[in-house]
Amino acid sequence: MTEHDGYNLRLYVAGQTPKSIAAIANLKKICEQHLPGRYEIEIIDLMKDPALAMRHQIVAIPTLIRQLPEPLKRIIGDLSNTEKVLIGLDIRPN
Amino acid sequence: MAEKARAKSRDLPTVGKSATGIRGLDEVTLGGLPQGRPTLLCGSAGCGKTLFAMTFLYNGVVEYGEPGVFLAFEERSEDLIKNVGSLNYDIERLIAEKKLAIDHVEIERTKIEESGEYDLEGLFIRLGFAIDSIGAKRVVIDTIETLFSGLENEHLLRSELRRLFEWLKAKGVTAIITGERGEGTLTRYGLEEYVADCVILLDNRIHDQLSTRRLRIVKYRGSAHGTNEYPFIIDDKGITVMPITSSGLAHVASTERLPSGIPDLDQMLEGKGYFKGSSILVSGMAGSGKSTIAAHFADAACASGVRCIYFAMEESPSQIIRNMGSVGIDLQRWVDKKLLRFSARRPSLFGLETHLATMYREVSDFVPGAVVIDPMSALLGAGETGDVHSMVLRLVDFLKADGITALFTNLGVSSETVTTEIQISSLMDVWLLLYNRESNGEHNRQLYLLKSRGMAHSNQVREFIMSSDGIKLREVYVGPDGVLTGSARLTQETKDKAAGLLRAQEIERRRRELERKRREIAAQIEILRAQLASEEAEVGLLNSEGSAHADQLAADRVAIGMSRQTGARPYRPAPKPANKPKK
Repeated sequence: MTEHDGYNLRLYVAGQTPKSIAAIANLKKICEQHLPGRYEIEIIDLMKDPALAMRHQIVAIPTLIRQLPEPLKRIIGDLSNTEKVLIGLDIRPN
Repeated sequence: MAEKARAKSRDLPTVGKSATGIRGLDEVTLGGLPQGRPTLLCGSAGCGKTLFAMTFLYNGVVEYGEPGVFLAFEERSEDLIKNVGSLNYDIERLIAEKKLAIDHVEIERTKIEESGEYDLEGLFIRLGFAIDSIGAKRVVIDTIETLFSGLENEHLLRSELRRLFEWLKAKGVTAIITGERGEGTLTRYGLEEYVADCVILLDNRIHDQLSTRRLRIVKYRGSAHGTNEYPFIIDDKGITVMPITSSGLAHVASTERLPSGIPDLDQMLEGKGYFKGSSILVSGMAGSGKSTIAAHFADAACASGVRCIYFAMEESPSQIIRNMGSVGIDLQRWVDKKLLRFSARRPSLFGLETHLATMYREVSDFVPGAVVIDPMSALLGAGETGDVHSMVLRLVDFLKADGITALFTNLGVSSETVTTEIQISSLMDVWLLLYNRESNGEHNRQLYLLKSRGMAHSNQVREFIMSSDGIKLREVYVGPDGVLTGSARLTQETKDKAAGLLRAQEIERRRRELERKRREIAAQIEILRAQLASEEAEVGLLNSEGSAHADQLAADRVAIGMSRQTGARPYRPAPKPANKPKK
């Protein structure tokens, strides 16, 4: 992954749960397909850094936050519904 | 009573209790909320759920050394801190000291897109982290139902909530979960299904435009609890639940006395005054002197070192102090010495139950030995007659249980009513009836001790007079024309006095007459005696004159004889020669 002025995405998970693993896989797939070369994914495991849950207002797991471009967008779930992810991230399907 | 019950529950292996530190609530729950378990606190909007919950946490830190976490779904931390600042809770300090943590959970449906399966593990992690970081023993979740409007998947939410409550139990924290009241259900989303250990319902009812907050313990698994609705108040001194409904008749009767403050009235009460812990009713019409009797009582209580609360329903404290100054009672000095506390409020300020709760709070705050409620009848303005009766009954019971002597004044509608409107006369131990009788164009105050339980008391109607040095009781004038008071009494007394004077004068006159006569007679006797004496003297003179004459005759005869040379001897050889010298 290289620096991009495109999409900066953060995925919050809690350990290696099936939902977390599915979410990571789904996110990568969607990004590769719709934002090739224009995205950056940061995966944050709240089990390792629980203080971030409060600081970043995380309730549901998994939660995907679009840090950039502004404004902030949130999507919760394992991201299995691609259409909703695209709407949530404000990405026009290719 | 509550004290005893609490002690008992401590002895038995029952549910552990976590004291809330909320006055009254710990009595009603016999010790507090179930320890290490979640309690559901439900009620409609604005009935004080959040304040209740925050008080639970605050007291936990300040009074019981148990740190707490507040998970807020509805209010932001800053707002929450500001809101409870009105209760003088310094939340910021507790947060700085790491005794309290507030976490505001923001959920807004419009900002969240859902895609696929999720759970609320994030919430668990947050809460778990907050709990662990300060070692919290108490948790408040306010109001978790917000999740239902923030997230779509209700089915998932329900299973996650179930998991959350189990998780809280496993964590061993004592938790309060608040919930909004639903139509026909305790909470809108049926939280009571999950939180089954203890459910407390708060309520804010409006009756006749007066609101009364009430609390009821709907269920408390594994513990006895009070089942009634208890009024509670929220004000700058925090939350107070009035734990009494009717405490029964188990109070201990005292034989100690408390003076009435009116020496003449004490005389009517076996010379000692009221029994300590008794309830005294002073009833009478407007202006019959009820408040003055009440003030005398307060004054006397303070003078004997007993603290007193004066609940004023119609006058402001300064007005009472000024007015009582005119009859020579200085109440201000007791206020200054913190022996007397005024608590003035209009009856219509809030509902009856709230009045009761406020009084309860004041009494448990100040711990007085005497209480004045002036006038009790004003409470009718705050509720129905039946409600007032029940309220006064509870108040009397509560005061009696604490051994507090209470004086209630009651404004009667007509003179000489032998019933009070609120029908509480039977609850009272002493009943002073004040009349204001009109006769001869003036009103005169009279006092009658209608009853006084447990002591021989005077049955006389007394006239009472308010002077610049307090109330004086006078025996009324009972004459052939009936009972006389006021100027009629004075007139009669003057009349009597005049008649007495006249009689005295008459006697004096007679006495002097007699004296005069005696002296007259004595004088007459003197005159007669003088006459007699002079007559006697005259007679004596005649006698001596007679004998002198005879002597003369004899002497003359001798002289004649001598001249005739008869040699005759004198007629009588006179022992005392005659006046004439013989040569």
